Amino acid sequence: MDISIDRLTKSYGYQKAVDDISFKVKTGEILGFLGPNGAGKTTTMKIITGYLDIEEGDVLMNGLSIKNNNMKGKIGYLPEHNPLYLDMPVIDYLAFCAALQKVPANLVDERIKQMVKLCGLDIEKHKKIGELSKGYRQRVGLAQAMIHDPELLILDEPTTGLDPNQIVEIRDLIRQLGKEKTVILSTHILPEVEATCDRILIINRGKIVADGTADTLRKQAQGQQVLQVKIEAPNRDQVFHALHALPSISTVDFLEGQEAKYEIQSVSDRQSNHDIFKMCCEKGWVLTEMVPLETKLEDIFRELTMN
Amino acid sequence: MNPVWIIAKRELHSFFDSLVAYIMLIAFLGFSGFFTWLFGGDIFFVKEASLQVFFGVAFWTLFFFIPAITMRQIAEEKKTGTIEMLLTKSITNRQLVLGKWLACFLLVSIALAFTLPYYITVASIGNIDHGATISGYVGLLLMSGVYISVGIFASSITNNQIVAFLLALLIGIFLHFLFGIIAGSTSGWISEIFNTLSLTTHFESISRGVLDTKDIIYFLSITVFGILLSEYMITKKK
Repeated sequence: MDISIDRLTKSYGYQKAVDDISFKVKTGEILGFLGPNGAGKTTTMKIITGYLDIEEGDVLMNGLSIKNNNMKGKIGYLPEHNPLYLDMPVIDYLAFCAALQKVPANLVDERIKQMVKLCGLDIEKHKKIGELSKGYRQRVGLAQAMIHDPELLILDEPTTGLDPNQIVEIRDLIRQLGKEKTVILSTHILPEVEATCDRILIINRGKIVADGTADTLRKQAQGQQVLQVKIEAPNRDQVFHALHALPSISTVDFLEGQEAKYEIQSVSDRQSNHDIFKMCCEKGWVLTEMVPLETKLEDIFRELTMN
Repeated sequence: MNPVWIIAKRELHSFFDSLVAYIMLIAFLGFSGFFTWLFGGDIFFVKEASLQVFFGVAFWTLFFFIPAITMRQIAEEKKTGTIEMLLTKSITNRQLVLGKWLACFLLVSIALAFTLPYYITVASIGNIDHGATISGYVGLLLMSGVYISVGIFASSITNNQIVAFLLALLIGIFLHFLFGIIAGSTSGWISEIFNTLSLTTHFESISRGVLDTKDIIYFLSITVFGILLSEYMITKKK
């Protein structure tokens, strides 16, 4: 299902939780929603699910506005705190959710079986939800979100409370689902977005501050190529000056405490790798290391969201 | 399956899975049985085969018991956040409220069904007025409908069950006797208005065996009004 969010605004009192946000998500895309606490991620997701009303703007699903079309049956939603009926057994709860989402009666058992298997709930399926650990409750939450085979999955911090093995499993699951469906997920965990999402949307104070794949975001943030090189030569200063003289290099720094290492920033839009190598050959110095420094997603995130 | 029934079924399950249903049934039957058969101006004093005494007792026991059943209905969903899960499923807010109402109504109906042996007993002792008895039961059911609706409304404006319970009782007190008292101490059209608003006035005429459309409209309209208000409260809080 193609989702198009159009100039969405929502305020609580004087504070704008979501401020004129627009973006599109296509079928088969996994969109990662990033942002510090209180940035408006959850609010945006709640509006898409129809739990919160639209104040201004619109949300279109396959071109239809959710204002006058009920799309709830096509959405699977895992809320942030994963509310569940603790007094219900897992199976009953899933059956209840399936019935509410209008899964045909003859398919309910089959769907429950699939979900139990998919989410690894088999040994716990007859227990009451209240007796389950947090990780298993999270799986029940995921199972209920997917029970009716929705076209759009909205997952608000799906991997909280899971152990590392489960996190990997759930990520795989999400990636698998994302091939046919539209998935929007929010998270604080940056490596998770890189591992699962096709596209990243960073939101801060209700506004979108970045939109793109992890790679494009990096390029945007970086601008210039940064290299760390180790050149073994008799005289450090000589190397420094020689590097500085290269036209493709804008700045050179000694790396503190590290023998023969330099951090080099290239002139924007130019690569200096070849020049450095050629220079070393000409002078007879030994180039033992050349590492391109990537800006980490964390840095981008901090830069965009710190005020 | 109808979404209203799905919600109602889950609620009923949860009544019977927890102790709520059993406590409610035992306490209701205990109280009404005690005051009907054993204590005070009981059924043997009336010197006629009639369940009037029981209807009077049930009128009061239900007044206290219904808020205790309805208080958690929406307040708890709000507190635990499950309301978010429910409202993002393909059901409307009205279906949700109706489901809750139906579950409570069925529980009260089950409690009332357990008093049918009273009817059979009295009928076997003397010449009972079947019409008046049936109309008395209908009156109790209609009254329950009103209080359930009021209780669910009270539950929908807070996430605290105690507040919901007290608020339902507070509204109930007005319907149950304050309007009647005001009607008695005033005169003319003011008295007339409060007399119409008083639930007791309408209940008494029904439990005497007079099934008047005016009374039925009164009960049904308050019930519907309460349900619509609850729906509005759920929808509004966004």
